[in-house]
Amino acid sequence: MNSAAETWQDIEPLLSVQQLSKFYAPGKGCGDVSFDLYPGEVLGIVGESGSGKSTLLNSLSVRLQPDSGHVIYRSEQFGELDLYEGEESLRRQLMRSEWGIVHQHPRDGLRMNVSAGANIGERLMAVGERHYGNIRERAEEWLQAVEIDASRIDDKPSQFSGGMQQRLQIARNLVTHPRLIFMDEPTGGLDVSVQARLLDLLRNLVAQLGLSVIIVTHDLAVARLLAHRLMVMRRGEVVETGLTDQVLDDPQHPYTQLLVSSILQN
Amino acid sequence: MWNVVDGYAFPRGAWERGANEFGNVIGDKPMTIMIDVQGVEKSFTLHNQGGASFSVLEGANLQVQSGECVVLHGQSGAGKSTLLKALYANYSVNSGSIQLRDGEQMVDLTTALPRRILALREHALGYVSQFLRVIPRVPTLQVVMQPLLDLGVDEAVCEAKAKDLLSRLNVPERLWSLSPSTFSGGEQQRVNIARGFIVEYPIMLLDEPTASLDAANRKVVVQLINEAKARGAAIVGIFHDEDVREAVADRLVDVRAI
Repeated sequence: MNSAAETWQDIEPLLSVQQLSKFYAPGKGCGDVSFDLYPGEVLGIVGESGSGKSTLLNSLSVRLQPDSGHVIYRSEQFGELDLYEGEESLRRQLMRSEWGIVHQHPRDGLRMNVSAGANIGERLMAVGERHYGNIRERAEEWLQAVEIDASRIDDKPSQFSGGMQQRLQIARNLVTHPRLIFMDEPTGGLDVSVQARLLDLLRNLVAQLGLSVIIVTHDLAVARLLAHRLMVMRRGEVVETGLTDQVLDDPQHPYTQLLVSSILQN
Repeated sequence: MWNVVDGYAFPRGAWERGANEFGNVIGDKPMTIMIDVQGVEKSFTLHNQGGASFSVLEGANLQVQSGECVVLHGQSGAGKSTLLKALYANYSVNSGSIQLRDGEQMVDLTTALPRRILALREHALGYVSQFLRVIPRVPTLQVVMQPLLDLGVDEAVCEAKAKDLLSRLNVPERLWSLSPSTFSGGEQQRVNIARGFIVEYPIMLLDEPTASLDAANRKVVVQLINEAKARGAAIVGIFHDEDVREAVADRLVDVRAI
């Protein structure tokens, strides 16, 4: 095991966000957000509806042009990139290979009219894989990794349950071994028991693959389970940030205290 | 049992033996400072309850050496648990510094990056709380193995160690494949303890680990603590049971007096 002292100087952030702002209207959007995300870290963005968390996520994942600020990403293929200064085509390439997005509604992240195997295979083809046999084999492996029976490879997502669709979305994202995954309420709308299974899967995959994840959620239990760090948002502002257990067990900001005290314990 | 001199309590005989203020006999092998708390202040403000504010720690100072077990004592509400949680960075502090040893380095929790603290918690800093808090769907053996697996240790080794700890703590084998969520409080706590001791942390924080245990199992925990001390771990603990305190404490510290 390395001495801890050696490791700390060398690792650079995977993503550096500097004073990112995007507002639709006063108080609606996100303002002056800055943070670094390191490899293998899971950052949770929590807050209630209208807090700006989804706006922030969309600005980070280059689906929404911010008003100001910078998003710097250290790409394996392209080196250090200031995402909004570069070419649109570069951003799209990152999206296909080094990044993934898991949407709240599987329909937003899947092609419902092609088979499960094709959904996964498409991503591989988009990064240059051509061998049909390999593609199919990888698709089968990933279906199994997300606990979908490989025999369903030729079925369409419309024939899957909500939970299975969500797991397929995850498989589709992970097949290209991305380094950074954005998730927007990945368990929202699912039954509690289905949620639980999905969370366990996510937890294990993130740990095994050393993924960096930015996850937006309104559910503090999900945040506690998956995130190393939290950012609490309210009306477009980050009001508190820190280690997940510290923010939830020793909240400092009045809004964080309100959020934490509002959860029903069972 | 304890001689109190200038607010420090010495184990019986230590003062006469010519021990220093830490209770360590002068002339013994050199000790390393593992925990160094300076001037820590911690207050809580409840914004949603009329802004009620109360101060729990006021300028707390504490140093703990390797191989030493310091027991925090004081009345309920005096700040024992608060200090322990601050030592784990579970609670933040308003001012002061909390330095913990990680190999050759001292890391100040009050200024360290979150990922630095998480790394400390992986291999250098352990915490055993009063209650088990785990994901409901994970089997007991996995719960206990996980902290060691996370360090990259071979699964077979982790499994063997977990089984050994669970056996010592009298958790029956038929429970090992089940999730602890339906176990009794005492059984859950023993799983919690097994998980807390599977990694040989140089610094361990124990918050009432024996609260729900019978005498036989308290003895096992005492053994585990003494084994940890023997390998050089620095331990800070809160124990209500007098027998456990007497068996493991090198020094008793009143939270209000530091």
